[in-house]
Amino acid sequence: MSIQVNHLSKRYGSQWAVNDLSFEIPTGEIVGFLGPNGAGKSTTMKILTGYIPASSGDAVVCGFNLNTDSLLVRKRVGYLPEHNPLYLDMYVTEYLQFSAGMAGVSQIKSAVEKAIDLTQLSPERNKKIGQLSKGYRQRVGLAQALIHDPEVLILDEPTSGLDPNQVVEMRNVIKNLGKNKTVLLSTHIMQEVEAMCSRVILLNHGKIIADDTLEGLKQSSPNDSLETIFRNLTNSHVGSI
Amino acid sequence: MWVVFKKEIRSFLGSFIAYIVMGVFLVITGIFMWLIQENNVLDLGIASLQVMFNIAPYILIFLVSAITMRSLSEERRLGTIEILTTRPVSDTSILLGKYFAAVGLIVFTLLPTIFYYYTINQLADPLQGVDSGATWGSYMGLVLLAASYASIGLFASSLTDNQIVSLIISMVLCFFWYGVLSLLGDIKALELIGKSLEWFSLDFHYQSISRGVLDTRDIVYFLGFIATFLGGTKLVFESRKW
Repeated sequence: MSIQVNHLSKRYGSQWAVNDLSFEIPTGEIVGFLGPNGAGKSTTMKILTGYIPASSGDAVVCGFNLNTDSLLVRKRVGYLPEHNPLYLDMYVTEYLQFSAGMAGVSQIKSAVEKAIDLTQLSPERNKKIGQLSKGYRQRVGLAQALIHDPEVLILDEPTSGLDPNQVVEMRNVIKNLGKNKTVLLSTHIMQEVEAMCSRVILLNHGKIIADDTLEGLKQSSPNDSLETIFRNLTNSHVGSI
Repeated sequence: MWVVFKKEIRSFLGSFIAYIVMGVFLVITGIFMWLIQENNVLDLGIASLQVMFNIAPYILIFLVSAITMRSLSEERRLGTIEILTTRPVSDTSILLGKYFAAVGLIVFTLLPTIFYYYTINQLADPLQGVDSGATWGSYMGLVLLAASYASIGLFASSLTDNQIVSLIISMVLCFFWYGVLSLLGDIKALELIGKSLEWFSLDFHYQSISRGVLDTRDIVYFLGFIATFLGGTKLVFESRKW
């Protein structure tokens, strides 16, 4: 099991951002984290990458408990945060070298070459990050996430703000990576999930309202598109509250 | 820590902050030492670098704050703090890397003023008559003072994601610890309380080291001061986990 989440909760003040979440992701699966804005997707990802601690519950990533072995988890996880933060005044290769150093990679040069190769960054590798188009910046973000060849990739809305061509390219890159890595990616676009993921975890108001394979979801109401299923699930959940 | 240190130094050099800081420091101390009437070395007729050591603490308040103002605030504003802190590196190493990069840049800025020392030593009568003990003591004091300012600057930078706010907080805190506390000691009405407060000022210990006597009490004070502000920075930096 790559990721095991047990009764994870996160509270901000009196509000529960994530409420008693439990799920498991086996090695080598690409899982889509789906849900409307504010559903708790990013918060869960921030907890799984060790950026913030959970209020209660725990998570085991690659066999290490996040509460006790955060550094060991971080060694094995690559993370692309929401909005893809980057140092705009750094050069692409310079930034990736820095990322590799921070990740504790010993063969920095070859790791950088490999990441550039995987994300097809080579035409822009000598530019400053600030000069790149959004699509290439997103690739730099992805490249830094996989610079240390992590077992698990956590990508928070990796395709948001990209044009249709870039979205397709990005999806292909992620799909390729998913062949030998566990990938947890968040999105609120259904087509995205259809194109990349084998399984969906649907969140709303910090709780899991569906956790199924794509086929399973489709079979639950065969006449509807995934988009409609998504809307029905999230709306009915709101109604039930 | 080393990786963060290297990145910070590169960013200082790349964003011209390093050159501006060095240039401004050397130009201002140069003007005060060699040009300003009545006050310059040649008019004073005293072979010492005292003029520079008197003016430098005030220039450094501004320059050190300018160096450290973006250290953490910029990471927060850009969101890169999220990438930095999810790497297998402890918060302490990140902060120390940034801190030592700032201190390193200041030490590098002070280095060229050794030419002043050499020049005055050559001009002195008798030749090489500058009190070298006091001069090296003053250099040591200046480095410790700047290192203290840097710890204040890093702390200020951890409080906000706005560089300008960070700069102002840092300058106010530096001025308080350097200037205001020592001024309190001069108020006769305050008597002992004023004197006690003065002991806590950076100026008191800077002047003490400047005399050329390395007193462990002064060293301990500076190291304690730096550790306190770095500890405060770590506390604020980790507040995201609360």
